[in-house]
Amino acid sequence: MSDLALPVHPRGATQDHPVARVLLVTTAAFFIVLFLLLPLVTVFAEALNHGVSAAVAAIIEPDALSAIRLTVIAAGIAVPLNLVFGLCASWAISKFDFRGKSFLITLIDLPFSVSPVVSGLVYVLIFGMQGWLGPYLRDHDIKIIFALPGIVLATMFVTFPFIARELIPLMTDQGRDEEEAATSLGASGWQTFRRVTLPNIKWGLLYGVLLCNARAMGEFGAVSVVSGHIRGQTNTMPLHVEVLYNDYQFVAAFAVASLLATLALVTLAVKTFLEWHYADEIAAVHKH
Amino acid sequence: MSFAGALPSTYWRTRSALPGFGLSLGFTVFYLSAVVLIPLAALIIRPWELGWSGFVEEVTAPRVLASLKLSFGAAAVGAVLNTFFGLIVAWSLVRYNFPLKRLIDALVDLPFALPTAVAGIALSSLYAPNGWLGAPLMSLGIKAAYTPLGVVIALTFIGLPFVVRTLQPVLNDLSRDHEEAAATLGASRFQTLRRVVFPALLPALITGAALAFARAVGEYGSVIFIAGNLPMRSEIAPLLIIIKLEEFDYAGAASIGVVMLGASFLMLFALNGLQSFTAARR
Repeated sequence: MSDLALPVHPRGATQDHPVARVLLVTTAAFFIVLFLLLPLVTVFAEALNHGVSAAVAAIIEPDALSAIRLTVIAAGIAVPLNLVFGLCASWAISKFDFRGKSFLITLIDLPFSVSPVVSGLVYVLIFGMQGWLGPYLRDHDIKIIFALPGIVLATMFVTFPFIARELIPLMTDQGRDEEEAATSLGASGWQTFRRVTLPNIKWGLLYGVLLCNARAMGEFGAVSVVSGHIRGQTNTMPLHVEVLYNDYQFVAAFAVASLLATLALVTLAVKTFLEWHYADEIAAVHKH
Repeated sequence: MSFAGALPSTYWRTRSALPGFGLSLGFTVFYLSAVVLIPLAALIIRPWELGWSGFVEEVTAPRVLASLKLSFGAAAVGAVLNTFFGLIVAWSLVRYNFPLKRLIDALVDLPFALPTAVAGIALSSLYAPNGWLGAPLMSLGIKAAYTPLGVVIALTFIGLPFVVRTLQPVLNDLSRDHEEAAATLGASRFQTLRRVVFPALLPALITGAALAFARAVGEYGSVIFIAGNLPMRSEIAPLLIIIKLEEFDYAGAASIGVVMLGASFLMLFALNGLQSFTAARR
């Protein structure tokens, strides 16, 4: 400890004191375990509280299965639509120069800074009973709020930027030379995209789809506002978890939650794998 | 075929040899408007059916004010906690080697990946009076779940990755030359950290804290289970929006929504300003 008082540091000028190092790493590890690992462990521990069979029973029960089906359908519509949007937006923004580009990028990022509840609220204000189109929809017997279309719309809103924001920096980095070469050799626009651009961005695209899908399947606040919580009909998995938990059916709630937690862990594993192995082919911001 | 010669440069775009500009930008603007801009416009217009005074009355009602105060206050406390611990986590991950480092690094993104409702029920049962952490805290006389402290815990959980992930690339790029130079010139390690390292990290630290704060203000799923949701005490603003919607008070719900939207836009502009300011200084 005596070298603390010395003005010259025998360890090397840019090294932290070993004691400081141990303290910092311990604090970091403690914080991570307390705030991240413990909640994760809790999910699985509570799910298996009454044994595996109780957890499995809660998952294959009809309302749970219908929630799983609805979650997969909603993500299955929202993610591909946002994928098409992401490809269009990043093509327009990275391959062309036009005014208002940075403003457009800001607008695309907007849903990230909107509260999930507000994301659901905006659709209720348009399509809800007392919304702009409410009377018209009621007269024509079209259900959007408290039905699948509302759930899909809310999911689309909250996952809107994911793929675009992954692809825009990646495709901007890659430039236009290869596409211009292909076009000048007579390739059509579609051929250029499919044979030149797509192979260049495939890992970045997968990365974006992965994150988009995780959020789409796990979204709670926005979907909660538009779903109406009709058990067996408009409950997605996260909403089903809420209903079960508020019913004091803790084992069932955590069993369904553990499915979602597994999805999160698989997402993290694939994401980390992509960051390690394809660092150059996903956007620069994720390089480790 | 739209080759370069066929397309004139106009005042708002320069010509390009590549096809598909009209189609891709057209779809982008259409989809953006349909999914994001028009719905947000519907939100911004709605409260004005109450008139300005009606709007002010709505958002200054004691219950609304209390919920806004809790959402913003707890988000601020969470952001401060995350700034402190996030800096330690990011520093440890970038500067040191220790066992399970890669696993911990991957785990930092958990709050991004874990559905908020799952995080909510997990935190709630952890900190409940009979939970793994709630019971020891209770014996210390601290009630965590179903109080504003529970809200802070949930918002700290949700905000952590923002600070760490904003700091990590900056720390990685931070050249050791500056620290060596400072040390050569006789600075102590503490002086080097305070005068050389910290100023370089400050913009990223502020950005990360602001991102964590912005996310936490609007957070719903991870909070409502642990909060207890007592009006005037542990009821967050997003929950009050849902309560007002269930009472078919659309204008009231929209009023709170507009205040929250306004706050997040202000944050967004401030952050953009900060980023262009630090970019200009480099």
